[in-house]
Parts: sequence; C-alpha cells; structure tokens
Amino acid sequence: MGSRTSLYENHLTANAKMVDFAGWDMPLHYGSQLAEHHQVRRSAGMFDVSHMAVLDLHGPRVREFLRKLLANDVGRLVRHGKALYSCMLNPAGGVIDDLIAYFLTEDWFRLVVNAGTRHKDLAWIQTHAIAYDVAVRERTDLAMVAVQGPEARTRTLATLHSSLAAKANKIVNFQGVSGADDYTDWFVARTGYTGEDGFEVMLPSSAAPAFWQALGAAGVLPCGLGARDTLRLEAGMNLYGNDMDETVTPLESGLGWTVAFAPVDRDFIGCSALLAQQEARHDSHVANKMVGLILRSRQVMRHGQIVRVAGIGNGMVTSGGFSPTLEQSIAFARVPAATTNECEVEIRGKWLLATVVKPPFVRFGKPQIA
Amino acid sequence: MLEALDEYRYTPTHEWIRREEDGSMTVGITAHAEELLGDMVYVQLPEVGRVVAAQEECCVVESVKAASDIYSPLAGEVIAINTALDEAPELINEDPYGAGWIMRLQPSNADDFEGLLDRAAYAAVVAEDE
Repeated sequence: MGSRTSLYENHLTANAKMVDFAGWDMPLHYGSQLAEHHQVRRSAGMFDVSHMAVLDLHGPRVREFLRKLLANDVGRLVRHGKALYSCMLNPAGGVIDDLIAYFLTEDWFRLVVNAGTRHKDLAWIQTHAIAYDVAVRERTDLAMVAVQGPEARTRTLATLHSSLAAKANKIVNFQGVSGADDYTDWFVARTGYTGEDGFEVMLPSSAAPAFWQALGAAGVLPCGLGARDTLRLEAGMNLYGNDMDETVTPLESGLGWTVAFAPVDRDFIGCSALLAQQEARHDSHVANKMVGLILRSRQVMRHGQIVRVAGIGNGMVTSGGFSPTLEQSIAFARVPAATTNECEVEIRGKWLLATVVKPPFVRFGKPQIA
Repeated sequence: MLEALDEYRYTPTHEWIRREEDGSMTVGITAHAEELLGDMVYVQLPEVGRVVAAQEECCVVESVKAASDIYSPLAGEVIAINTALDEAPELINEDPYGAGWIMRLQPSNADDFEGLLDRAAYAAVVAEDE
C-alpha cells in the first residue's frame, strides 16, 4: 500500500482507477481520461496534487540562499505571493528537479517540488541551507488541489470563504495570496500545469475533503493523472524524469528561458557549467535541443522512441502521447541542434514522418499549431 | 456490462472469440483488457485476406496509455475488419463484446475454438492478473 492523500476516500467514492505514482496511491482517471482532458479545456476540472511536496524555508537569509540554489532568480520576486518557475541544478548543470518558488515574506519562501524527487530534494536543500541558517519545514499538514479550465476561477471563487475569495479574485497570473484569521494556512495561486487559467489551492489537509466536495457541487469534475499528463504535454510543459533529469541541463531541455544568467554576479549552483555549455554550443555539432513533434500518421509517439534526422543524427522522444485537442500524436523530443522542420520517429520497427514545431501545442483551449 | 460471456471463448492475452452461424469467428478484446488500457485512440487493423497463424500479432490498439498487440486466437484468414474503429476507436471501450469487435476470421480448423479458454478459465487468468 502506498501513501494516501487526504482526498483518498473522495477518489474511491468517485470510482477512481487508482495507481501507484512515486509511492502514492493516486487517481489515474475516474472513468475516461479523454473526457477529463476535454472537461479542463472546455470548462473546469480539479486535480489532487497533494502528493507534491510543499517546503517552507525560513530565515533572514532565505532570499540569498535561493539565489544560490536556483537557476532562476528569486531576486525578481518582490510582492507577497509572487511565483517563479525554476530548475534546481547540480554543479554540472544537471537538473535535480523543477519547482515553483513563492515569495511569502522576506524571511519566508515556499517551494513546491515533485513527489518523486521529494527525498533527494530535501536532502540537497537541507545540505545547502545550513550555511545560510535557513530552516526547511516540510508541510505535510497541507493538501493541494489544482482547479483548471476556463471556468475554474469563477467556480473556485464561489467555493472559497468570502474573505479569501475577495483577495483571490484580484490576483494576476503566477501570483498567489494567503488567507487571514481562520484561513492563514490557505494559499491560493494563479498557477497550473495545463495551459489553462485556474488556481492551485494549498490548504490544511483536514479541510481538503470538504473543499473537494464543494468544488464538485460547483460543477468542477475530478480529473486524474492521465489527463494531467496529456494537458501538460499539449501545453508544452516539461515533466521531470521524462523530459529532463540530472544527466541533462535546462539548455538541452527547452528550459533555457528559466535560467537567469543576469545579473552576472549571481553565482547559482550549476552556473559555470551552463556558461561553458553555452559557449561550446556555438561551434559544436553534438549539441542537442528540445522540440515539439507532430506525427503525420495515426500511431502514437511514446517516451523513449528513437528519432532520426536525415543527414544530421539521432534523438529521442522524451514525452509522447495522443493529443485529445488536436486528435493526433504529439511529443517532445531531444534532437540534434541542427534539426530543422522534419524528422522520423521509430514506432514498432517503422520510421514515421513527424513535423518539428515549437510548443505549446494548445493554449487556453486553442490549437497553437497551424 | 457483462464481464465475460458464456458463449464466447478467450485467450490468456485477453482476446475474445465468438463463433458465428456461418462458421466464421469474430475477435475482439475483453472488458478487462480495455479497462487496463484506458481510452482507445487508434486501431491499426489487419488487411482483409491476410492469413494468420494462431498467436500471430495481427493488429495494434493504441490507447492513451500504451500500444498493445492483438494476437490472432486461431489460425485462419481475415475475412472482415471493423472499419468503424477507424473513426471511432472508443467503440472498444463502450462496447468491447459488441460494436467494438476488431476482425472476423475464417478458421483453418473450426475445432480450434473448443481448445480456447472458456469463461471460467478466463476468469481465473484475470484473477491472477489482479
């Protein structure tokens, strides 16, 4: 038996097909993964993401610490609740994890990291936190629910306590807000992993089942990890472990935009390795990049399939699947940097043509690929 | 939906076989298999006229989760395929023992049917899976 979130019983009641995910018993779907995907694109769906780890970092030097620890620069976060997506790198520039950092107060930041990397992340962060006198507190007392889709915000606001709803109503994208009084442990952020508008709500685990039920009563349907994966793939968002890991850098993973090389006096972990790699890319034929692929036949691309680019070299599908919105197979692939507009993917012994595109494939319900 | 039907036969690889009045055999995949695979998104059907051996890979179903080979339960010739699956692969999820059929075979040896798993034997295979 795996770990259970505070919403485990809610999932069983809703007839979820439960699967193991990084040691957690999580819902894969509640009947139809495709229906759940469309529900999020067209209306509103909710995901139990309580298996992800919420880490609170406390100390007067916490900002300085995170400017060392993360490849993106939390120096950009000046307003309470502001969020930043970043990679956490090893000295070789390899990706230990990707995460979201929230600025709460000058001596309190929050990180949300992946479930599968929780233990190694904690060990890494704690090791480096010592020199900065930063205390790391794992918030196992919190649950997290993502509500996503064009109607997600309206329906969530109708469900929240009025004082928190009033604040949450005003936040912009990648901004969060904390509750007050009885709701100090509630945190509502306008973030997500689907390419739709919506909220991610952190709240006390004890309050989560009733919140989930209230969202359901407001017409938000439960969605599982299956739909979460196809939604993020369409949205052009990487999955740790599939699209990047400790053997590759953000520059080879389509995540160069998340690395803050400026200001140059900020020496984050992995910085010198990335600078060296960037320099080498200019005169190297071995450098790789991430691209999006659309298969021109009806089979389905999957993680691990080989990609070949005529006259250039080979690559690999890092995430692949069927796009319910485009009704064809889409993928991310790591390919030679010289790849242009076409390649072939090996599917069950056959080489099938794919078009190279720039993700996202879908954003706010609309196809982005002509 | 019935989990498995008495008048059908089954394979350990989760195909079902139904004997038609004209002696041909209709083949599909079981409710257990479609549930494991999840929503179907593409079915690569065999060509009509293809001669297949028993246990030969003859078709691929792709779901949101994975691609899965379908094996011919019997030796014979493919005499019909369910072309409705081209546009509506979800028929396999909605009605695996009916509208979600995959192909029809003219068996080389009609007696092979009796050598396949009956409902109880297939139920034991499924129980072992779980």
